Amino acid sequence: MVQAINNAFDIKLAEDKSVVMFGEDVGVEGGVFRVTEGLQKKYGAERVFDSPLAESAIVGTGLGMAMSGLRPVVELQFDGFTYPAFNQIISNVSRMHNRTRGRFKAPMVIRFPYGGAINAIEHHSESPEALYAHIPGIKVVVPSTPYDAKGLIISAIETDDPVIFMEPKRIYRAIKQEVPEEKFSIPIGKAKVLQEGTDVTVIAFGALMRECQKAIVMAEEAGISVELIDLRTIYPIDRETIVNSIKKTGRVVIVAEASESFSVGSELMAIANEEAFLSLEAPPKRVMGFDTIVPLAQGEPYYMIFPDRIFYEIEKTVKY
Amino acid sequence: MLWHKTLFRFYCYRKDNAENRLIWVNNEEKCLDLHVFYTIKNMIFNDFNPLEDKTFRIIDNEGKVTDKALMPELDKETILNAYKSMLFARTADQMAVSYQRQGRMYTYPPILGQEAIQVAAGMIIREQDWLVPAFREMALMLAKGVSLKEIFLYYLGNEEGSNFAKADRVLPICVPIGSQYLHATGIGYSVKYQQKDEVVFPFIGDGGTSEGDFSEALNFAAVWEVPVVFTIQNNQYAISVPVKSQTRSINLAVKAVGFGMPGIKVDGNDFFAMYVVYKEALEYARSGKGPVLIEAYTYRKGAHTTSDDPSKYRTKAEEKSWEKADPLSRLKKYMDSQGIVLENEEELIQSYKDEVDKQFLEAENFRPYDLEDVFNYMYVEMPDDLKRQKANYEQYLSWKEKRK
Repeated sequence: MVQAINNAFDIKLAEDKSVVMFGEDVGVEGGVFRVTEGLQKKYGAERVFDSPLAESAIVGTGLGMAMSGLRPVVELQFDGFTYPAFNQIISNVSRMHNRTRGRFKAPMVIRFPYGGAINAIEHHSESPEALYAHIPGIKVVVPSTPYDAKGLIISAIETDDPVIFMEPKRIYRAIKQEVPEEKFSIPIGKAKVLQEGTDVTVIAFGALMRECQKAIVMAEEAGISVELIDLRTIYPIDRETIVNSIKKTGRVVIVAEASESFSVGSELMAIANEEAFLSLEAPPKRVMGFDTIVPLAQGEPYYMIFPDRIFYEIEKTVKY
Repeated sequence: MLWHKTLFRFYCYRKDNAENRLIWVNNEEKCLDLHVFYTIKNMIFNDFNPLEDKTFRIIDNEGKVTDKALMPELDKETILNAYKSMLFARTADQMAVSYQRQGRMYTYPPILGQEAIQVAAGMIIREQDWLVPAFREMALMLAKGVSLKEIFLYYLGNEEGSNFAKADRVLPICVPIGSQYLHATGIGYSVKYQQKDEVVFPFIGDGGTSEGDFSEALNFAAVWEVPVVFTIQNNQYAISVPVKSQTRSINLAVKAVGFGMPGIKVDGNDFFAMYVVYKEALEYARSGKGPVLIEAYTYRKGAHTTSDDPSKYRTKAEEKSWEKADPLSRLKKYMDSQGIVLENEEELIQSYKDEVDKQFLEAENFRPYDLEDVFNYMYVEMPDDLKRQKANYEQYLSWKEKRK
């Protein structure tokens, strides 16, 4: 996935002079996860560069650039370090277009690695998609494969709205996949049905798609037919794909790593109730993180979601 | 003593409360505004003006005293003990890196090369004072009562490693860069409000000075005139980003000027200089005159953390050029010149290694992490909803157990 995103950046930097990239350690080092590796060398320090260490400034200056002809792609180093920039995102980035009745746009991408299960220190394991999806005016995108990452980041850069692009760091290098060298894009706002099934709909995104796929194998062995949906975009959410699937299967299990209360899971359950209520044969179910801080490495195995727990909830929902 | 009066230079605008006007005060406690004479009744120090990029230093790289008048009066045993503390910290630090390499511990940020700052601070910071660390203050945390076992436990991925048994006045390490500086200012307000004889010692790195929280903390502390001794451990790098990409200030101490507080740039690899500055700073803060800012100019000899590879962004030649400034070898050279002998050094190091290993094993053999540990401390009293989540999870665990 690191290579795929890097390749997408290479394409966009080459074809569009207005694209610039910056953040902490983004330039010389090429990012702590090497996502921007080699780009400063190729495109120069005016276009790919290290910023001073200040997340609010990275996003705030990015907005200024976006309002004046550039398409900044800014990196915040970790999920847990995005919050100093929260004020800029919620008070300025998300509102500029609306406040000025479209006179200004904010075509910027704010990208950061997210999620746990890498035995990291504090503030390096969080999944804040609900915090950002809750902000009107922001699009939130989370890829689950190298192919999707490339197609979605290209769309994100080309979108005139601000996009939060969350990269599942746990699978940055875990999936080997053929990704075409040439440019392609995947539309923002479209979920993908990864597998069709009839008994239950499982909805997930990002790093947990892989865990769901493993759980589905267990479900199949138990004679359960699962329809698996990869959200790909958290907001704007693809209601159509979600609702059609739930109407078909009558059951839904939502899998995500963030704390479950007031989460993407909450939203998907609301959609199920609002639009597929009469089709439901079991209560919608969330398999999500506890309403706790993501524990440090020793406690992470309790918090993180593994295939058997997903299967456990799938089975319970189907047998309800 | 001469140095006593010449350490900090306080060159800044201050608001004169009586006259309610801005005045420019100089190092002689006199206002340069000819119309107003303003006296600050505290120690104001002359010779190391950060605006002139002067660095406070007492011994050079060869361990030679460059200014005898500045040398603190320390007996041989104290100096020897300081060296031993630095040696212990270095041993523990290197072993921590090796535990990580062996796959027995998770990511760890080495302090290699920054021992003098921390051991000196540790000798000055009193029991009642507060330590507000960033995350590269292992030696100082040890000095203030945190155990190595606790530090290891943290890097073994257990929150109990922040639950210090014998260090009530030490905050946990702070990973969100710079945010701890504000807490220090707040503690400073508490101290002042409660009229206690306590001083707060927050730490930050060079990168952290770019965060808004850094400036906000300094500003609040100056406005409130709270007893806080701010330290910047300028180790030249914020992961891969060098200081020159972080600021155009002539140095980091000079940032104090804009906030109306004294600032000083100190050779952070010079144990004596750090000792003297902390001693002065403690007294300054205690005397009720407000905060001070210390830039401890040093070098991060190791990686940012064990996950980092400095060869990506700095040269071997640069690393080598800092070798001669190593804080331990400098102090050792001074000790040699004064006939202060560290006897049986190899045995001593071996005993340190044994001690470090013992504490690491204690951390490794700490009781297993329990589901309770995830939930118990989220709130003072666990809300019902959390109890429900925990109960559901326990059901899943028993299902899992049965399937085996």
